[in-house]
Amino acid sequence: MAELEGIYTIWLRETKRYIRYRSRILTSVVTPLLWLLIFGTGLGSVIRFGGIPGGYKAFIYPGIIGQTILFTAVFSGVSVIIDRQYGFLKEILVAPITRPSIVFGKALGISTGSLIQGVILLFLSFVVGVQMTPLIFVASIGLIILISIGLAGLGLLIASFTDSMEGFNLIMSFIVLPMFLLSGALFPVIGLPSVLQAAVYLDPLTYGVDALRQVILGHGALPLYLSTIVVALFAVATILASAYLFSKREQELM
Amino acid sequence: MEYIIETHDITKKYNDFTAVNSINLKVPKNSVYGVLGPNGAGKTTLISMLCTILYPTSGTATVNGYDIVKNPKDVRKSIGVVFQSRSLDDILTGREHLEMHASLYGVPSEVRKERIEEVLDLIALGEKADQYVKTYSGGMKRRLEIGRGLIHHPEVLILDEPTLGLDPQTRESIWKYVNELNKKEDITVLMTTHYMEEADKLCDEVAIMNLGNIITADSPINLKRELKADTITIRVDKADKFIQEAEKLDFIKEIFRIDSEIKLMVERGENLVAEVVNFANNNKIFVNSIELEHPNLEDVFIKYTGTTIADGG
Repeated sequence: MAELEGIYTIWLRETKRYIRYRSRILTSVVTPLLWLLIFGTGLGSVIRFGGIPGGYKAFIYPGIIGQTILFTAVFSGVSVIIDRQYGFLKEILVAPITRPSIVFGKALGISTGSLIQGVILLFLSFVVGVQMTPLIFVASIGLIILISIGLAGLGLLIASFTDSMEGFNLIMSFIVLPMFLLSGALFPVIGLPSVLQAAVYLDPLTYGVDALRQVILGHGALPLYLSTIVVALFAVATILASAYLFSKREQELM
Repeated sequence: MEYIIETHDITKKYNDFTAVNSINLKVPKNSVYGVLGPNGAGKTTLISMLCTILYPTSGTATVNGYDIVKNPKDVRKSIGVVFQSRSLDDILTGREHLEMHASLYGVPSEVRKERIEEVLDLIALGEKADQYVKTYSGGMKRRLEIGRGLIHHPEVLILDEPTLGLDPQTRESIWKYVNELNKKEDITVLMTTHYMEEADKLCDEVAIMNLGNIITADSPINLKRELKADTITIRVDKADKFIQEAEKLDFIKEIFRIDSEIKLMVERGENLVAEVVNFANNNKIFVNSIELEHPNLEDVFIKYTGTTIADGG
C-alpha cells in the first residue's frame, strides 16, 4: 500500500514536471510535424510508394510517432542524471520506499508524458491523410504506453551508469539515433542488405514501429501479435533491469 | 541518560583513505548535538552513514533503536534529513514538496493537510508556499528543506551544514528556528557545521571532528572550561625571540604560533596584558598589537589539533 502510494507520488511529480515545461511539449510536437511535412513530402515526391493510401508521408507517420516516443522517453529517463546533479534524487532515495517503486513511478510518469505527445500526434493524422477510427486510436494508445515504458526503462538504465550530462552526446550518437534510424521508421525493413537487416531486427524500436504501422495503416513486416510480444518483453526486461540496478547501485546514485 | 543515536566503531574507508575512523558517538535524546570540524573532516560521510545512504566499511550505529545496516527502512522513517547540497525541484511549489514528502513517508492522508499547514506556519513561507521554488531566496529554500524534514514527525532531524552559504541574517534566523523547534517539539537535532559560533550557540553537546576522528565531545561550556584559559593574541616584530623568552614565564601555560600571531594561553588574562607588554619591552621586542579573548570553540579545536578550523582537514 505504502509502495503504491510511493509509485503514485513519483508518477505525479514526473507528470507535473512534464506538463510545466510547456516549451518541451511544443517542440516535441513541432519536430515530428517538420519530419512529416518537410521530409515526408520532400522524399515522398521523388519515390513511388504504392499500396499505401497517402504514400510515403503516411508510411513514415507511425515511424515518426515511434521516434517522438523514443526521444521523449529515453531523455526523460536520462534526466535522472539531472535530478542527481540538482540533489533532488537524494530526497527521493532517502525516503522509506523501495528502489523498484522509484523506477516504476518514474517509468509510468515518463510514459504519461510520451502518451500525451502520442495522443497529440494521433489527432494530427489528417495532416498526412491517414484515417483515424476509435479502434485504431485505442489500440495505438495501448502500444504507445508499452513502447514508452520500455524506452523509459532504457533511459533509466543508461542513467544508472552515467555520472553527468557530458555523456549526453554519446547517448545521442550511439543509442538514440541508431535506434531511430534502424527502426524502419523511414524505410521498409523488408529486402534490405543482410547486415543491415540483422541490425534492424536487433533494434527493439523496430517492433514498436512495425506494430504501430500494422495498427494504423494495416501494413507491417511482422505479425502484430509477434511485434507486440517483443515490445512487451522489452518493457519488462528494461524495467526489471533498471529496478535491479537502482537497488544495486543505490550508493553510487546518491 | 537515554541516547537516540549510538555509533559503534563506525568506519568508512575509500581504498587507502579513511574518511571516518572507528567513531563512537552517543547523542542524548532531545538534545541539539553538533559535529564540528573543518571541511573534509568526514562529517558528511558520518551523517550519510547514519541516514543509511552510505554503508559503513565496518562497525555500525543505531538510530532510534534501529540498526542502520539491518533496518534501514525503519531508520529512514525515524529521521528527517536536510542535506548539505540543495535537494529541491525548481518546478514544484513549496506546498507540493511538502505533499510529496508526506506521501513518500506514509503520513496518513487524514492528517496530511493539517501537518502541511502546521509546517507552513512554522517555516513562514507565506504566500510563496504556492509558488515555484525557483522564485525562492536561499533562506526560504533552506527553511522549506528543514520544514520538509519535519512533516513525518521524525525522532531525529539531521542537518548537514544547515547555514552553509547563507547570509548572516538568514543564518541567525535559522539558528533561532532550530532552537525553538528543539524546545517546542519532541525532537533531537543532529547537525554538522564548520562554524564554531554555530556550534557554540546552538548545541547542547559538541563533538569535535578532524581527519576522520572524534577528538573530544562535551558541552561547549565544559569544552571551553577545560582550556582553563584566556587567550592573549599578540603580534610582535621578533616572534621567535619572543616565544623563546616567553617560555620562561610561568603564568603562560601554552604558546601556539599561527603565522604571525602568537597565542598565549593564560588564566585571568585581563590582569596579564600589561605585564606581557612590559615583558616584551624589557626584551627589546616591539609589540604591534595585543588582544585578549576568552576561550571559544576555535581555541578548543586549536588545542587539540594545532590548527585553526579554517586551515584544518
